[in-house]
Amino acid sequence: MSQTPKIQLIDVHKSFGAKTVLDGITVDIAPSESFVIIGGSGTGKSVTLKCILGLMRPEQGRILVDGLDVVGMRPREREEVLRKFGMLFQGAALFDSLKVWENVAFGLIQGHKMERRKAKDKAVEKLYAVGLGADVGELYPAELSGGMQKRVGLARAIATEPEIIFFDEPTTGLDPIMADVINDLIVKCVKELGATAVSITHDMHSARKISDRMAMLHRGRLVWVGRTAEVDQSDNPFVDQFIHGRAEGPIKMELRR
Amino acid sequence: MNFLAPIGAFFLSFLRHTGRLINFCGIALSHCVRPPIYPRLILRQMIEIGYFSLPVVGLTAIFTGMVLALQSHTGFARFSAEGAVATVVVISITRELGPVLAGLMVAGRIGAAMAAEIGTMRVTEQVDALVTLATNPFKYLVAPRIIAGFITLPMLVLVADIIGVFGGFVVGAYKLGYNPATYLHSTWEYLKPLDVISGLVKASVFGFIIALMGCYHGYHSKGGAQGVGQATTNAVVSSSILILTLNYVLTALFFDK
Repeated sequence: MSQTPKIQLIDVHKSFGAKTVLDGITVDIAPSESFVIIGGSGTGKSVTLKCILGLMRPEQGRILVDGLDVVGMRPREREEVLRKFGMLFQGAALFDSLKVWENVAFGLIQGHKMERRKAKDKAVEKLYAVGLGADVGELYPAELSGGMQKRVGLARAIATEPEIIFFDEPTTGLDPIMADVINDLIVKCVKELGATAVSITHDMHSARKISDRMAMLHRGRLVWVGRTAEVDQSDNPFVDQFIHGRAEGPIKMELRR
Repeated sequence: MNFLAPIGAFFLSFLRHTGRLINFCGIALSHCVRPPIYPRLILRQMIEIGYFSLPVVGLTAIFTGMVLALQSHTGFARFSAEGAVATVVVISITRELGPVLAGLMVAGRIGAAMAAEIGTMRVTEQVDALVTLATNPFKYLVAPRIIAGFITLPMLVLVADIIGVFGGFVVGAYKLGYNPATYLHSTWEYLKPLDVISGLVKASVFGFIIALMGCYHGYHSKGGAQGVGQATTNAVVSSSILILTLNYVLTALFFDK
Protein backbone atom coordinates (compact mmCIF):
# COMPACT_ATOMS: atom_id res chain seq x y z
CA MET A 1 0.00 0.00 0.00
CA SER A 2 1.43 3.34 -1.04
CA GLN A 3 -0.66 5.65 1.16
CA THR A 4 -0.42 5.70 4.96
CA PRO A 5 -3.12 3.55 6.53
CA LYS A 6 -5.98 5.41 8.23
CA ILE A 7 -5.95 3.03 11.15
CA GLN A 8 -3.10 0.74 12.04
CA LEU A 9 -3.11 -1.89 14.78
CA ILE A 10 0.26 -3.34 15.68
CA ASP A 11 0.38 -6.41 17.92
CA VAL A 12 -2.46 -5.29 20.20
CA HIS A 13 -3.04 -7.36 23.33
CA LYS A 14 -5.88 -6.95 25.78
CA SER A 15 -6.95 -9.20 28.61
CA PHE A 16 -9.39 -9.04 31.47
CA GLY A 17 -7.82 -10.69 34.47
CA ALA A 18 -6.69 -14.14 33.36
CA LYS A 19 -8.86 -14.07 30.25
CA THR A 20 -7.01 -13.00 27.11
CA VAL A 21 -9.39 -11.31 24.69
CA LEU A 22 -7.05 -9.84 22.08
CA ASP A 23 -3.94 -11.87 21.50
CA GLY A 24 -1.83 -9.85 19.10
CA ILE A 25 -3.95 -8.09 16.48
CA THR A 26 -2.06 -6.55 13.60
CA VAL A 27 -3.92 -4.97 10.70
CA ASP A 28 -3.83 -1.92 8.42
CA ILE A 29 -7.01 -0.21 7.30
CA ALA A 30 -6.64 2.07 4.29
CA PRO A 31 -8.39 5.44 3.87
CA SER A 32 -11.91 5.25 2.42
CA GLU A 33 -12.10 1.51 2.54
CA SER A 34 -14.90 -0.39 4.24
CA PHE A 35 -13.41 -3.00 6.51
CA VAL A 36 -15.53 -5.63 8.24
CA ILE A 37 -14.43 -7.82 11.11
CA ILE A 38 -16.43 -11.01 11.33
CA GLY A 39 -16.38 -13.56 14.09
CA GLY A 40 -18.53 -15.31 16.65
CA SER A 41 -19.78 -13.84 19.88
CA GLY A 42 -17.15 -13.17 22.50
CA THR A 43 -14.17 -13.30 20.15
CA GLY A 44 -13.09 -9.74 20.92
CA LYS A 45 -14.72 -7.79 18.10
CA SER A 46 -16.23 -5.10 20.33
CA VAL A 47 -13.06 -4.91 22.41
CA THR A 48 -11.08 -4.15 19.24
CA LEU A 49 -13.28 -1.15 18.46
CA LYS A 50 -13.23 0.03 22.07
CA CYS A 51 -9.44 -0.09 22.11
CA ILE A 52 -9.23 2.03 18.97
CA LEU A 53 -11.65 4.55 20.47
CA GLY A 54 -9.69 4.63 23.72
CA LEU A 55 -12.62 3.36 25.79
CA MET A 56 -10.28 0.54 26.80
CA ARG A 57 -6.54 0.55 27.03
CA PRO A 58 -4.60 -2.39 25.55
CA GLU A 59 -1.77 -3.76 27.67
CA GLN A 60 0.57 -4.08 24.77
CA GLY A 61 0.83 -2.94 21.18
CA ARG A 62 0.28 0.28 19.29
CA ILE A 63 -2.80 1.76 17.65
CA LEU A 64 -2.17 4.48 15.09
CA VAL A 65 -4.86 6.75 13.68
CA ASP A 66 -3.50 8.82 10.78
CA GLY A 67 -0.04 7.79 11.93
CA LEU A 68 -0.62 9.09 15.49
CA ASP A 69 -0.31 6.68 18.40
CA VAL A 70 -3.54 6.94 20.39
CA VAL A 71 -2.68 4.53 23.20
CA GLY A 72 -2.02 6.46 26.39
CA MET A 73 -2.83 9.78 24.78
CA ARG A 74 -3.74 12.72 27.01
CA PRO A 75 -7.52 13.35 27.27
CA ARG A 76 -7.32 16.70 25.43
CA GLU A 77 -5.46 15.24 22.46
CA ARG A 78 -7.72 12.22 22.41
CA GLU A 79 -10.77 14.47 22.15
CA GLU A 80 -9.21 15.98 19.04
CA VAL A 81 -8.72 12.51 17.54
CA LEU A 82 -12.25 11.47 18.53
CA ARG A 83 -13.66 14.35 16.47
CA LYS A 84 -12.71 12.30 13.41
CA PHE A 85 -14.87 9.39 14.56
CA GLY A 86 -18.53 8.52 14.39
CA MET A 87 -20.01 5.35 15.77
CA LEU A 88 -23.25 3.44 15.46
CA PHE A 89 -23.78 1.35 18.57
CA GLN A 90 -25.39 -2.05 18.69
CA GLY A 91 -28.32 -0.86 20.80
CA ALA A 92 -28.20 2.58 19.09
CA ALA A 93 -27.29 4.08 22.54
CA LEU A 94 -29.42 7.16 21.94
CA PHE A 95 -29.61 9.62 24.83
CA ASP A 96 -33.11 9.01 26.12
CA SER A 97 -33.36 12.34 27.93
CA LEU A 98 -32.92 14.24 24.66
CA LYS A 99 -35.21 14.57 21.65
CA VAL A 100 -34.28 12.74 18.47
CA TRP A 101 -32.99 15.86 16.71
CA GLU A 102 -30.92 16.81 19.78
CA ASN A 103 -29.40 13.34 19.66
CA VAL A 104 -28.46 13.74 16.02
CA ALA A 105 -27.15 17.27 16.60
CA PHE A 106 -25.28 16.32 19.79
CA GLY A 107 -21.86 15.97 18.21
CA LEU A 108 -22.32 19.23 16.30
CA ILE A 109 -23.40 21.23 19.36
CA GLN A 110 -21.07 19.70 21.96
CA GLY A 111 -18.11 18.53 19.92
CA HIS A 112 -18.04 21.16 17.17
CA LYS A 113 -19.66 24.08 19.05
CA MET A 114 -22.27 24.75 16.38
CA GLU A 115 -25.24 27.02 17.13
CA ARG A 116 -28.38 25.13 18.14
CA ARG A 117 -30.53 26.45 15.31
CA LYS A 118 -27.95 25.65 12.65
CA ALA A 119 -27.33 22.25 14.21
CA LYS A 120 -31.06 21.52 14.12
CA ASP A 121 -31.24 22.20 10.38
CA LYS A 122 -28.30 19.89 9.88
CA ALA A 123 -29.91 17.22 12.07
CA VAL A 124 -33.13 17.34 10.06
CA GLU A 125 -31.08 17.02 6.88
CA LYS A 126 -29.32 13.94 8.26
CA LEU A 127 -32.61 12.43 9.44
CA TYR A 128 -33.88 12.89 5.92
CA ALA A 129 -30.79 11.12 4.59
CA VAL A 130 -31.70 8.03 6.63
CA GLY A 131 -35.32 8.17 5.51
CA LEU A 132 -36.90 9.87 8.52
CA GLY A 133 -39.01 13.02 8.43
CA ALA A 134 -38.56 16.20 10.43
CA ASP A 135 -41.55 15.25 12.63
CA VAL A 136 -39.54 12.31 14.02
CA GLY A 137 -36.99 14.81 15.28
CA GLU A 138 -39.42 16.12 17.87
CA LEU A 139 -40.02 12.67 19.40
CA TYR A 140 -38.02 11.00 22.16
CA PRO A 141 -35.96 7.87 21.38
CA ALA A 142 -38.21 5.67 23.56
CA GLU A 143 -41.11 6.45 21.20
CA LEU A 144 -39.32 4.91 18.20
CA SER A 145 -39.16 1.31 16.96
CA GLY A 146 -35.85 -0.57 16.98
CA GLY A 147 -35.28 -0.01 13.26
CA MET A 148 -35.97 3.70 13.57
CA GLN A 149 -33.63 3.96 16.56
CA LYS A 150 -30.88 2.35 14.51
CA ARG A 151 -31.46 4.83 11.71
CA VAL A 152 -31.34 7.74 14.17
CA GLY A 153 -28.13 6.24 15.54
CA LEU A 154 -26.76 6.20 12.01
CA ALA A 155 -27.83 9.80 11.46
CA ARG A 156 -26.05 10.77 14.67
CA ALA A 157 -22.91 8.88 13.62
CA ILE A 158 -22.72 10.70 10.27
CA ALA A 159 -23.93 14.12 11.47
CA THR A 160 -20.44 15.47 12.12
CA GLU A 161 -19.25 14.13 8.75
CA PRO A 162 -16.55 12.03 10.36
CA GLU A 163 -13.54 10.61 8.56
CA ILE A 164 -13.91 7.25 10.29
CA ILE A 165 -17.18 5.50 11.14
CA PHE A 166 -17.54 2.41 13.30
CA PHE A 167 -20.55 0.14 13.06
CA ASP A 168 -21.10 -2.25 15.96
CA GLU A 169 -23.40 -5.06 14.81
CA PRO A 170 -25.48 -2.71 12.63
CA THR A 171 -28.10 -5.30 11.65
CA THR A 172 -28.41 -7.34 14.83
CA GLY A 173 -31.94 -7.51 16.19
CA LEU A 174 -33.62 -6.19 13.05
CA ASP A 175 -35.94 -7.98 10.63
CA PRO A 176 -34.27 -8.98 7.33
CA ILE A 177 -35.86 -6.17 5.34
CA MET A 178 -34.93 -3.46 7.85
CA ALA A 179 -31.46 -5.01 8.05
CA ASP A 180 -31.08 -4.57 4.31
CA VAL A 181 -32.34 -0.99 4.51
CA ILE A 182 -29.64 -0.31 7.10
CA ASN A 183 -27.01 -2.01 4.91
CA ASP A 184 -27.99 0.18 1.95
CA LEU A 185 -27.89 3.28 4.12
CA ILE A 186 -24.45 2.37 5.44
CA VAL A 187 -23.08 1.86 1.93
CA LYS A 188 -24.65 5.10 0.74
CA CYS A 189 -23.52 7.22 3.71
CA VAL A 190 -19.98 5.89 3.73
CA LYS A 191 -19.64 6.48 0.00
CA GLU A 192 -21.07 10.00 0.18
CA LEU A 193 -18.73 10.99 3.00
CA GLY A 194 -15.76 9.14 1.56
CA ALA A 195 -15.20 7.87 5.07
CA THR A 196 -13.23 4.91 6.31
CA ALA A 197 -15.66 2.40 7.78
CA VAL A 198 -14.92 -0.36 10.26
CA SER A 199 -17.78 -2.68 11.07
CA ILE A 200 -18.09 -5.70 13.26
CA THR A 201 -20.80 -8.21 12.58
CA HIS A 202 -21.68 -11.87 12.52
CA ASP A 203 -24.29 -11.32 9.83
CA MET A 204 -22.56 -12.60 6.66
CA HIS A 205 -25.17 -11.14 4.34
CA SER A 206 -24.53 -7.72 5.81
CA ALA A 207 -20.75 -8.22 5.82
CA ARG A 208 -20.68 -9.08 2.11
CA LYS A 209 -22.85 -6.14 1.24
CA ILE A 210 -21.02 -3.39 3.08
CA SER A 211 -17.37 -4.43 2.97
CA ASP A 212 -14.41 -4.02 0.63
CA ARG A 213 -12.22 -6.19 2.82
CA MET A 214 -12.93 -8.63 5.60
CA ALA A 215 -11.05 -10.07 8.52
CA MET A 216 -12.02 -13.02 10.62
CA LEU A 217 -11.39 -12.84 14.35
CA HIS A 218 -11.13 -16.02 16.35
CA ARG A 219 -9.91 -16.31 19.92
CA GLY A 220 -8.30 -12.89 19.90
CA ARG A 221 -6.38 -13.44 16.66
CA LEU A 222 -7.09 -12.48 13.08
CA VAL A 223 -7.12 -15.84 11.33
CA TRP A 224 -7.85 -14.46 7.86
CA VAL A 225 -7.75 -11.08 6.14
CA GLY A 226 -8.70 -10.64 2.51
CA ARG A 227 -10.89 -8.99 -0.10
CA THR A 228 -14.62 -9.59 0.19
CA ALA A 229 -14.74 -11.14 -3.28
CA GLU A 230 -12.23 -13.76 -2.16
CA VAL A 231 -14.03 -14.81 0.98
CA ASP A 232 -15.63 -17.85 -0.69
CA GLN A 233 -12.28 -19.10 -2.03
CA SER A 234 -10.32 -18.43 1.13
CA ASP A 235 -9.35 -22.09 1.71
CA ASN A 236 -9.39 -21.14 5.35
CA PRO A 237 -11.24 -23.71 7.46
CA PHE A 238 -12.30 -21.09 10.04
CA VAL A 239 -13.77 -18.78 7.42
CA ASP A 240 -15.44 -21.67 5.59
CA GLN A 241 -17.08 -22.87 8.76
CA PHE A 242 -18.23 -19.38 9.69
CA ILE A 243 -19.67 -18.29 6.36
CA HIS A 244 -21.56 -21.55 5.99
CA GLY A 245 -22.67 -21.51 9.59
CA ARG A 246 -21.67 -25.09 10.40
CA ALA A 247 -21.47 -26.40 13.94
CA GLU A 248 -18.65 -28.80 12.98
CA GLY A 249 -15.22 -27.49 12.15
CA PRO A 250 -12.10 -25.99 13.71
CA ILE A 251 -14.14 -23.42 15.68
CA LYS A 252 -15.40 -25.22 18.75
CA MET A 253 -18.18 -23.64 20.72
CA GLU A 254 -17.37 -23.98 24.36
CA LEU A 255 -20.33 -26.05 25.40
CA ARG A 256 -20.43 -28.40 28.32
CA ARG A 257 -22.12 -31.64 27.62
CA MET B 1 -4.18 -20.09 57.04
CA ASN B 2 -7.27 -20.13 54.90
CA PHE B 3 -9.29 -17.93 57.20
CA LEU B 4 -6.81 -15.11 56.61
CA ALA B 5 -7.36 -15.14 52.86
CA PRO B 6 -10.85 -13.53 52.94
CA ILE B 7 -9.56 -10.81 55.27
CA GLY B 8 -6.73 -10.03 52.87
CA ALA B 9 -9.05 -10.13 49.88
CA PHE B 10 -11.48 -7.81 51.64
CA PHE B 11 -8.72 -5.39 52.56
CA LEU B 12 -7.32 -5.35 49.03
CA SER B 13 -10.74 -4.76 47.54
CA PHE B 14 -11.32 -1.95 50.06
CA LEU B 15 -8.05 -0.30 49.03
CA ARG B 16 -8.88 -0.74 45.35
CA HIS B 17 -12.28 0.87 45.74
CA THR B 18 -10.93 3.71 47.84
CA GLY B 19 -8.24 4.41 45.28
CA ARG B 20 -10.75 4.32 42.46
CA LEU B 21 -13.07 6.68 44.33
CA ILE B 22 -10.29 9.17 45.08
CA ASN B 23 -9.18 9.03 41.45
CA PHE B 24 -12.78 9.59 40.31
CA CYS B 25 -13.18 12.46 42.76
CA GLY B 26 -9.98 14.12 41.53
CA ILE B 27 -10.97 13.91 37.87
CA ALA B 28 -14.50 15.11 38.65
CA LEU B 29 -13.23 18.10 40.64
CA SER B 30 -10.76 19.07 37.94
CA HIS B 31 -13.66 19.15 35.47
CA CYS B 32 -15.76 21.26 37.85
CA VAL B 33 -13.26 24.10 37.78
CA ARG B 34 -12.08 23.92 34.16
CA PRO B 35 -14.10 25.36 31.29
CA PRO B 36 -16.27 24.61 29.44
CA ILE B 37 -19.00 24.63 32.09
CA TYR B 38 -22.55 23.83 31.05
CA PRO B 39 -24.91 26.32 32.76
CA ARG B 40 -28.04 24.71 31.25
CA LEU B 41 -27.18 21.32 32.68
CA ILE B 42 -26.27 22.76 36.07
CA LEU B 43 -29.56 24.66 36.17
CA ARG B 44 -31.52 21.53 35.30
CA GLN B 45 -29.84 19.60 38.10
CA MET B 46 -30.39 22.49 40.52
CA ILE B 47 -34.10 22.45 39.79
CA GLU B 48 -34.15 18.69 40.25
CA ILE B 49 -32.22 18.79 43.53
CA GLY B 50 -33.67 21.98 44.99
CA TYR B 51 -37.14 22.62 43.72
CA PHE B 52 -38.41 19.06 43.43
CA SER B 53 -37.00 18.07 46.82
CA LEU B 54 -38.84 20.92 48.57
CA PRO B 55 -41.99 18.96 49.48
CA VAL B 56 -40.20 16.02 51.04
CA VAL B 57 -37.57 18.13 52.79
CA GLY B 58 -40.23 20.62 53.95
CA LEU B 59 -42.35 17.87 55.45
CA THR B 60 -39.34 16.36 57.20
CA ALA B 61 -38.37 19.76 58.58
CA ILE B 62 -41.80 20.82 59.83
CA PHE B 63 -42.44 17.56 61.69
CA THR B 64 -38.94 17.54 63.11
CA GLY B 65 -39.42 21.07 64.41
CA MET B 66 -42.81 20.17 65.86
CA VAL B 67 -41.62 17.03 67.61
CA LEU B 68 -38.54 18.83 68.87
CA ALA B 69 -40.65 21.49 70.56
CA LEU B 70 -42.92 18.87 72.06
CA GLN B 71 -40.07 16.68 73.32
CA SER B 72 -37.96 19.45 74.75
CA HIS B 73 -41.03 20.97 76.41
CA THR B 74 -41.96 17.72 78.20
CA GLY B 75 -38.32 16.94 78.96
CA PHE B 76 -37.37 20.41 80.25
CA ALA B 77 -40.52 20.62 82.37
CA ARG B 78 -38.83 18.14 84.73
CA PHE B 79 -36.39 20.83 85.82
CA SER B 80 -38.51 23.87 85.01
CA ALA B 81 -36.45 24.96 82.03
CA GLU B 82 -39.32 25.39 79.56
CA GLY B 83 -37.97 28.83 78.68
CA ALA B 84 -35.16 27.17 76.72
CA VAL B 85 -37.49 25.35 74.28
CA ALA B 86 -37.35 27.99 71.53
CA THR B 87 -33.57 28.20 71.73
CA VAL B 88 -33.15 24.44 71.74
CA VAL B 89 -35.38 24.11 68.69
CA VAL B 90 -33.62 26.75 66.63
CA ILE B 91 -30.10 25.62 67.51
CA SER B 92 -30.82 21.92 66.93
CA ILE B 93 -32.48 22.62 63.61
CA THR B 94 -29.91 25.00 62.20
CA ARG B 95 -26.83 23.20 63.47
CA GLU B 96 -27.75 19.56 63.07
CA LEU B 97 -31.17 18.40 62.06
CA GLY B 98 -31.70 20.72 59.11
CA PRO B 99 -28.56 19.72 57.21
CA VAL B 100 -28.47 16.07 58.29
CA LEU B 101 -32.10 15.22 57.68
CA ALA B 102 -32.27 17.20 54.45
CA GLY B 103 -29.01 15.49 53.41
CA LEU B 104 -30.40 12.04 54.11
CA MET B 105 -33.68 12.74 52.32
CA VAL B 106 -31.88 14.16 49.30
CA ALA B 107 -29.47 11.21 49.32
CA GLY B 108 -32.46 8.90 49.01
CA ARG B 109 -34.15 10.98 46.36
CA ILE B 110 -31.36 12.45 44.26
CA GLY B 111 -28.39 10.16 44.93
CA ALA B 112 -30.49 7.19 43.90
CA ALA B 113 -31.80 8.96 40.79
CA MET B 114 -28.30 9.99 39.70
CA ALA B 115 -26.90 6.48 40.16
CA ALA B 116 -29.84 4.96 38.29
CA GLU B 117 -29.66 7.44 35.41
CA ILE B 118 -25.91 7.32 34.87
CA GLY B 119 -25.89 3.57 35.54
CA THR B 120 -28.49 2.98 32.84
CA MET B 121 -26.53 5.22 30.48
CA ARG B 122 -23.46 3.13 31.23
CA VAL B 123 -25.04 -0.28 30.63
CA THR B 124 -26.80 0.88 27.45
CA GLU B 125 -23.49 2.28 26.11
CA GLN B 126 -24.74 5.87 26.21
CA VAL B 127 -21.66 6.85 28.21
CA ASP B 128 -19.45 5.34 25.48
CA ALA B 129 -21.57 7.15 22.89
CA LEU B 130 -20.78 10.44 24.63
CA VAL B 131 -17.07 9.72 24.24
CA THR B 132 -17.42 8.95 20.53
CA LEU B 133 -19.20 12.29 20.14
CA ALA B 134 -16.08 13.99 21.54
CA THR B 135 -17.80 14.85 24.81
CA ASN B 136 -16.18 13.99 28.11
CA PRO B 137 -18.67 12.17 30.35
CA PHE B 138 -17.10 13.76 33.43
CA LYS B 139 -17.68 17.18 31.96
CA TYR B 140 -21.17 16.49 30.69
CA LEU B 141 -22.61 14.16 33.33
CA VAL B 142 -20.59 14.36 36.53
CA ALA B 143 -19.44 17.98 36.88
CA PRO B 144 -22.90 19.62 36.48
CA ARG B 145 -24.36 17.30 39.12
CA ILE B 146 -21.57 17.93 41.61
CA ILE B 147 -21.68 21.71 41.12
CA ALA B 148 -25.48 21.69 41.42
CA GLY B 149 -25.38 19.55 44.58
CA PHE B 150 -22.76 21.79 46.15
CA ILE B 151 -24.71 25.01 45.46
CA THR B 152 -28.28 23.82 45.89
CA LEU B 153 -28.24 21.88 49.13
CA PRO B 154 -27.41 24.93 51.31
CA MET B 155 -30.36 26.78 49.75
CA LEU B 156 -32.58 23.82 50.45
CA VAL B 157 -31.32 23.59 54.02
CA LEU B 158 -31.92 27.30 54.59
CA VAL B 159 -35.55 26.77 53.61
CA ALA B 160 -35.70 23.64 55.78
CA ASP B 161 -34.32 25.64 58.74
CA ILE B 162 -37.06 28.21 58.40
CA ILE B 163 -39.79 25.60 58.03
CA GLY B 164 -38.42 23.59 60.96
CA VAL B 165 -38.31 26.59 63.27
CA PHE B 166 -41.80 27.49 62.11
CA GLY B 167 -42.98 23.95 63.03
CA GLY B 168 -41.52 24.40 66.50
CA PHE B 169 -43.17 27.79 66.79
CA VAL B 170 -46.60 26.45 65.82
CA VAL B 171 -46.45 23.70 68.44
CA GLY B 172 -44.96 26.03 71.06
CA ALA B 173 -47.43 28.85 70.55
CA TYR B 174 -50.64 26.99 69.83
CA LYS B 175 -50.28 23.67 71.66
CA LEU B 176 -47.94 24.28 74.56
CA GLY B 177 -49.27 27.73 75.29
CA TYR B 178 -46.11 29.86 75.03
CA ASN B 179 -46.60 33.51 74.25
CA PRO B 180 -45.90 33.74 70.48
CA ALA B 181 -43.97 37.00 70.80
CA THR B 182 -41.80 35.69 73.64
CA TYR B 183 -41.18 32.46 71.73
CA LEU B 184 -40.04 34.34 68.62
CA HIS B 185 -37.94 36.68 70.72
CA SER B 186 -36.08 33.85 72.43
CA THR B 187 -35.64 32.15 69.07
CA TRP B 188 -33.72 35.21 67.85
CA GLU B 189 -32.10 36.10 71.14
CA TYR B 190 -29.58 33.28 71.44
CA LEU B 191 -29.11 32.40 67.78
CA LYS B 192 -25.60 33.10 66.53
CA PRO B 193 -24.60 33.44 62.88
CA LEU B 194 -22.19 30.51 63.27
CA ASP B 195 -25.12 28.19 64.09
CA VAL B 196 -26.66 28.82 60.71
CA ILE B 197 -23.39 29.10 58.79
CA SER B 198 -22.02 25.81 60.11
CA GLY B 199 -25.26 24.14 59.04
CA LEU B 200 -24.99 25.59 55.54
CA VAL B 201 -21.35 24.55 55.19
CA LYS B 202 -22.37 21.04 56.21
CA ALA B 203 -25.12 21.17 53.61
CA SER B 204 -22.60 22.07 50.89
CA VAL B 205 -20.38 19.16 51.86
CA PHE B 206 -23.35 16.80 51.95
CA GLY B 207 -24.57 18.02 48.57
CA PHE B 208 -21.14 17.35 47.13
CA ILE B 209 -21.03 13.87 48.73
CA ILE B 210 -24.50 12.92 47.48
CA ALA B 211 -23.74 13.92 43.90
CA LEU B 212 -20.27 12.36 44.00
CA MET B 213 -21.52 9.00 45.29
CA GLY B 214 -24.48 8.98 42.91
CA CYS B 215 -22.23 9.67 39.92
CA TYR B 216 -19.44 7.35 41.06
CA HIS B 217 -21.64 4.33 41.59
CA GLY B 218 -23.61 5.00 38.44
CA TYR B 219 -20.47 5.49 36.36
CA HIS B 220 -18.96 2.23 37.54
CA SER B 221 -22.10 0.12 37.37
CA LYS B 222 -21.97 -2.95 35.18
CA GLY B 223 -24.22 -5.78 34.15
CA GLY B 224 -27.82 -5.03 33.35
CA ALA B 225 -30.77 -4.06 35.50
CA GLN B 226 -29.29 -5.82 38.49
CA GLY B 227 -26.06 -3.87 38.29
CA VAL B 228 -27.95 -0.58 38.12
CA GLY B 229 -30.06 -1.60 41.12
CA GLN B 230 -26.90 -2.43 43.04
CA ALA B 231 -25.36 0.90 42.08
CA THR B 232 -28.45 2.73 43.31
CA THR B 233 -28.37 0.96 46.66
CA ASN B 234 -24.65 1.55 47.05
CA ALA B 235 -25.03 5.23 46.23
CA VAL B 236 -27.71 5.77 48.89
CA VAL B 237 -26.04 3.67 51.58
CA SER B 238 -22.56 5.08 51.08
CA SER B 239 -23.69 8.69 50.89
CA SER B 240 -25.86 8.28 54.01
CA ILE B 241 -22.98 6.81 55.99
CA LEU B 242 -20.58 9.46 54.74
CA ILE B 243 -23.06 12.19 55.66
CA LEU B 244 -23.35 10.92 59.23
CA THR B 245 -19.59 10.44 59.58
CA LEU B 246 -18.67 13.80 58.08
CA ASN B 247 -21.36 15.45 60.19
CA TYR B 248 -19.44 14.45 63.29
CA VAL B 249 -16.14 15.55 61.81
CA LEU B 250 -17.51 18.93 60.76
CA THR B 251 -19.23 19.49 64.10
CA ALA B 252 -15.95 18.76 65.85
CA LEU B 253 -14.14 21.20 63.55
CA PHE B 254 -16.69 23.98 64.13
CA PHE B 255 -17.53 23.69 67.80
CA ASP B 256 -14.98 21.50 69.57
CA LYS B 257 -12.70 24.15 70.97
